[in-house]
Amino acid sequence: MTSSSDQSNLFRQIIMDHYKNPRNKGLASDPRGYMTVHLKNPSCGDDLTVQLLVEGEVIREIRQSGEGCSICCASASMMSELLESSTISEATEVIRNFNLMVKAEPFDEEAIGDALSLQGVSHLPQRVKCATLGWQATERGLERIRQNRLAGEDSTGLSQGGHIDADVEKEENYEA
Amino acid sequence: MNNPPLLTQDGRTLAEVRADFPMLQASENERPLIYFNSGATSLKPESVLQAMTEYYRSYGVNVARGVDAIGYKATNAFESVRAQTAHFIGARQAHEIVFTRNTTEALNLIAYSYGDAHVEAGDEIVVSETEHHANYVPWQELAKRRRAKLIVVKPDSNGTVTPALLEAALSPRTKIVALFHVSNVLGASNDLKALAALAHTAGAVLVADGAQGIVHSRPAVADWDVDFYAFSAHKLCGPTGLGLLYGKQTLLAEMAPWQFGGEMIDVVDVFDSTFAEAPQRFEAGTMAIAEVIGWGEAMRYIDRIGYDFIHTQNLRLATRLVEGLQRLDTVEIYNPHNAANAVVAYNIKGVHPHDAAGIYDREGISIRAGHHCNQPTMRFLGVQSTLRASLSFYNTPEEVDHFLEVSTKAGDFLDVLF
Repeated sequence: MTSSSDQSNLFRQIIMDHYKNPRNKGLASDPRGYMTVHLKNPSCGDDLTVQLLVEGEVIREIRQSGEGCSICCASASMMSELLESSTISEATEVIRNFNLMVKAEPFDEEAIGDALSLQGVSHLPQRVKCATLGWQATERGLERIRQNRLAGEDSTGLSQGGHIDADVEKEENYEA
Repeated sequence: MNNPPLLTQDGRTLAEVRADFPMLQASENERPLIYFNSGATSLKPESVLQAMTEYYRSYGVNVARGVDAIGYKATNAFESVRAQTAHFIGARQAHEIVFTRNTTEALNLIAYSYGDAHVEAGDEIVVSETEHHANYVPWQELAKRRRAKLIVVKPDSNGTVTPALLEAALSPRTKIVALFHVSNVLGASNDLKALAALAHTAGAVLVADGAQGIVHSRPAVADWDVDFYAFSAHKLCGPTGLGLLYGKQTLLAEMAPWQFGGEMIDVVDVFDSTFAEAPQRFEAGTMAIAEVIGWGEAMRYIDRIGYDFIHTQNLRLATRLVEGLQRLDTVEIYNPHNAANAVVAYNIKGVHPHDAAGIYDREGISIRAGHHCNQPTMRFLGVQSTLRASLSFYNTPEEVDHFLEVSTKAGDFLDVLF
C-alpha cells in the first residue's frame, strides 16, 4: 500500500461511506430459505447477523445487521456488496484474499473491491477480529450449505436455509 | 486549582511512587504508557514482584506438608498473610479469611456452599441491577437450582443502592442480599453497614462484592457486620490468581465444602471422608502460594502509601478528568458525581467506544471499552457499551491533561488505519 495521502483519503471516504450508509442492511422479514448466521464476539460485544440466499451456485442475496465499531460495520457492508450475485466458488476466493490481506500476506488487490480500504487493519492485530466478523459469518454459512448438500438435505438446488449461532472464540485472534 | 503537594504515609512524593512501578517505565507504541485501566487490574510495584521471586528462588516449596524447616518457612509465610489480611480488612480472626482463585470464585463458593444449604424453593435472593457478572450470574444460577426468586433492585440515579431501596426489596423470604461495595462501571458506593443491618432484620445475610471497594478505602468488615466480603488481590497492587473471601466464623464453620481433594480433608476412608475445619476445608489442592506471599507484600505496600494518599489522589485526578470531559460537548458522562472512586464511564457522541479506544491506544493511553463484564449496568444506562477511564494513585494530572486532549480527537477514529 502506498502511503500517499490521496489514497488514504480515498480509503477513509470509502470506509466512512459504508459505515454511514451500510449496504444490504436489515434482515429479511421472512427468513425462510436464508442461511442465517449470527456471530458474536463476547470479548468486545460486536454482534453481527448475516443472511445468505443461495440458489444453485449463486448467492442471490446477502443481508446483514448488527452492532459494532466502524471497522466491523463497514467491513460487513463491503462484504455484502462484493459477494452478492457471485458464485459460491467466486465468493470463497474473495474471502480467501480478504483473510490474506488482514494477515499481511500477499493477496490479489483486484479481487476484493472496496475492502482494499481496510488494508491498514493488517497493522492492528487487535482489530482484525472486527474486520473479519462479517466475512467469517458468510464463510461459515457457505460451508454449512456445502455440508447440507453433501448430506443430500438440499437436493433441490435451492438452499433450504438454516441457522448458525456462535461466539467467535477469543483465542482465534491470537498468534500461537 | 493548584493543590498542595501530596505525600504518602511514608513521606514520599508521587514521582517517587511512580518509580515503584516497572510498567510505568515501559512504553507502548513508543510513548510512555498512560494506564487508565486500573479498574481492570492495577499495576504491580517492584516489591510485590520481588516478594514472589524471593519465594520461588529461596523457599519455593509446598505448604502445610511435612516437617522440614524450609516447608515450615513457606507455610509460615503463607499463613501469616491470612492473619495480615484479616487485620487489613478489619476482621476479628485469621481463620475468617479463605484464599480463592479470584472474587468470582469466592462468590461462587458462597452461592454453592451457603446458598444451596440455606435457600429453599420460594425463597428470595436480592441483587442490584448494576452488579458485575461475578455478583449476578452465581445468584441467578442459585435461584434456578433452588427454584428461588431473584429480586433485582434498581439503584438510584447515581447508581447507589440506598437503604430505603433495599428495605423495599426485602421480605421474610429473603435469604441472601448480594451487593457491590463500589460499582465497577459507575463508581457508586454502597453503605454496607446500613445495608447489612437491614438484611439482618429480614433474617438474610449480606454478601458484599468488594472487588472495587477494597481499592478505595479500607473495609471494616467486623464493624460493618457484613457476613461475607469478597475481593481480589490483583486490583490492589497484588498478583493475579488470588481471591480473598472474608466470612464470619460462625457461618464458615457450618458451611459444607464445595471442591474436594488434597489439603481440605481430615480422614479419608474407603467410601467416605471427613473434612478439615474452615478455612482449609475450602482450600482444596495446592494454593497460589507465591501469589499469597505477593499479596502480603501488596498490603504492606498499601500501608506505606496509605489510603489517605490513595483517596485524595484519586479524588483530585478524577475531578480534573470529569471537569475536563464536561467541557467537551462531544462527550456524554454517565456518572459525573462519583469522582471519589476514580471510575468514569462515558462515550464520545456518535463514536463507537471501540473506535474511540483505538485512538486512545495509539496515543499510548490504555482505557477500557465494552460492557465491562457488566451487561446489567449497560441496560441500566440504556447503552450497548461505554468507554471507562479508571484511575489509580500512581496516575498524574499531566496524564489526565493528555487524555483530555486525545478525547477531543476521538472523532478521527479512522486515523488508526493509516
